[in-house]
Amino acid sequence: MNRALHLEGVVKTYPGTPPVHALAGVDLSIDDGELVAVVGPSGSGKSTLLHIMGTLDRATSGVVEVAGVDVAELSDRDLSALRAHHIGFVFQQFFLLAGESALDNVADGLLYTGMALGDRRAHASDALSRVGLASRATHMATKLSGGERQRVAIARALVGSPRLVLADEPTGNLDSRTGMDILGLMEDLNLEGTTIVVITHDPTLADRLPRRISMLDGLIVDDRLGVPA
Amino acid sequence: MTTVVDQAPSRLAPADMARAAGIGLRTRRLRSILSALGIMIGIGAMVAVLGLSESSKSDLLSQLDALGTNMLQVQATSGIGLGPGTLPDEAVAMASRVGPVEIVSSVGSVSGANVYKNDLIPDTQTGGLSVVVADPNLLETLQGMMADGVFLDEASPDFPVTVLGSVTAERLGIRDIETPTVVWLGDEWFAVVGIMDTLALSPDIDRAALVSVAAAESYLDYDGVVGTIYVRVDPSEIDDARNVMPATVNPENPDQVQVTRPSDALEAREAADTALTNLFLGLGAVALLVGGVGIANVMVISVMERRGEIGLRRALGATRRHIAVQFLGESLLLAGIGGVGGVLLGALVTAGYAASQGWDVLIPTVAIVGGMTAALLIGAVAGLYPAMRAARVSPTDALRTL
Ligand SMILES: Nc1ncnc2c1ncn2[C@@H]1O[C@H](COP(=O)(O)OP(=O)(O)OP(=O)(O)O)[C@@H](O)[C@H]1O
Ligand SMILES: [Mg+2]
Repeated sequence: MNRALHLEGVVKTYPGTPPVHALAGVDLSIDDGELVAVVGPSGSGKSTLLHIMGTLDRATSGVVEVAGVDVAELSDRDLSALRAHHIGFVFQQFFLLAGESALDNVADGLLYTGMALGDRRAHASDALSRVGLASRATHMATKLSGGERQRVAIARALVGSPRLVLADEPTGNLDSRTGMDILGLMEDLNLEGTTIVVITHDPTLADRLPRRISMLDGLIVDDRLGVPA
Repeated sequence: MTTVVDQAPSRLAPADMARAAGIGLRTRRLRSILSALGIMIGIGAMVAVLGLSESSKSDLLSQLDALGTNMLQVQATSGIGLGPGTLPDEAVAMASRVGPVEIVSSVGSVSGANVYKNDLIPDTQTGGLSVVVADPNLLETLQGMMADGVFLDEASPDFPVTVLGSVTAERLGIRDIETPTVVWLGDEWFAVVGIMDTLALSPDIDRAALVSVAAAESYLDYDGVVGTIYVRVDPSEIDDARNVMPATVNPENPDQVQVTRPSDALEAREAADTALTNLFLGLGAVALLVGGVGIANVMVISVMERRGEIGLRRALGATRRHIAVQFLGESLLLAGIGGVGGVLLGALVTAGYAASQGWDVLIPTVAIVGGMTAALLIGAVAGLYPAMRAARVSPTDALRTL
């Protein structure tokens, strides 16, 4: 099985007095098609880890491979291309564009692939249907509820059929019921073969997932396979 | 395992680039309009100034065209030590013998004769008006028009008549000649038979009451001395005519003859307007500069506010360049809107003012093209720094903000 992600001795240090070691030497391998939960107290380095896995940031030292490619060898433009075609993100704050409809927000998931607007919208329409929001396509992003917004964000992450989806507390701003729905969407996506890493604060959510990584002070302190869902 | 590197790069189609650049405008309409206002006023001022100066110039040119630029005014040099100066008796006859001369008309003044509404006004209050003795063809030579009545003609009537210049008529409060009116020209009552329109080329005549030679000789104390000769010459030979004129009309003392071309004065007035035009253009440029700073300011704020959006776009695969182009495009769009608004505003002002002056509306293409170019240039400069800042935003920092 191919490795979706491989990290070896990854350190991320933010300069300052004293410097912050957000990641203090992380070793981690995630295979294609895995669904992984990352848990840990606030400040333990979860988001930092996700950003480095998603090539939004570079490690201070250590090796980061995405789909077998050492990202240290890639230029900033190559990394952008990698994100455009290969990685989908979901964030706690949704980050929908206020001036656009739900459909166009989803279509923006393909914006930087160079696909024509008509094709992007067609794909977006399918993706919205998959998250159960077909009826909200023309609504402006600002008019949607929190749960609906996150579903739009998930549709945007999956519209390009990325191999890897990284979600940073996607349920953090939602009630537990809605959070479960969102997690269900992730599980569906994973069943189709997409590798997914989800950061969460919610233990019940984490317990549902097949693999759970626990972080503390920039280190992985526990990595266990749970009961497959 | 190099599949990832081999894939297509991040791409943003030009149409999508334009859409991305417009997103800030759509979500922050009022602020966008306000920030475009500075550019709009600057461009508007410049277009209006250029439009107005062009319209007024074209009006002047058509005025000159109608008046003809081929009139020369021949006078004896006056000045300290020279006295009032007179032309020789045969000057008129000599002038008409110059080849290119088409028509000659002379005027003389009656010293001591002034223009009064009635005989009760003290002699000293002349009001700056004078009595001028004119040839019957003066109207034709000056290409003047009658506001009312008729001009002096050869047949001298049994009673003294006069034709008033436009300023004279106005000062005396005479608007028309429907009710028989007389004026007191020094020694005698004269009946007003005509009022002339303003003569753009000979303001002296506007401020005169004209009488015929016969009337001047019989009713006023006129000695027959010619003061000024007006000639119309073939336009292609105007310079030659001008050069030979002094020696022709006064062979003994050519240096005591002054030849002027009244249309030159009108052209000089146009040149004076240019200075004013430049001043207003300068003011417009300052407004433009302030507008540019305004846009830069709004863009810097926009970049700070939209860090989340920048982070998201980077996560979606935007390169730094894509981000820079988006914000630069937004700045260009703001300035472009200001530019279009400014051109419209300037055109509107020009049309309004030109209409009130009865001019043809002329907005030079260079003002429109130049205005738009200036606006976009300012937009590019104003957007450069904010765009670079946006491109430098770290995606992780941007995504942490909220
Ligand atoms: N740009 C930065 N400069 C300095 N320190 C930073 C920076 N970004 C993150 N940190 C620090 O790195 C550490 C890890 O942050 P990170 O956001 O990864 O934590 P987290 O596990 O995601 O926390 P949370 O659960 O609250 O989201 C924190 O101590 C944080 O203060
Ligand atoms: Mg976090």
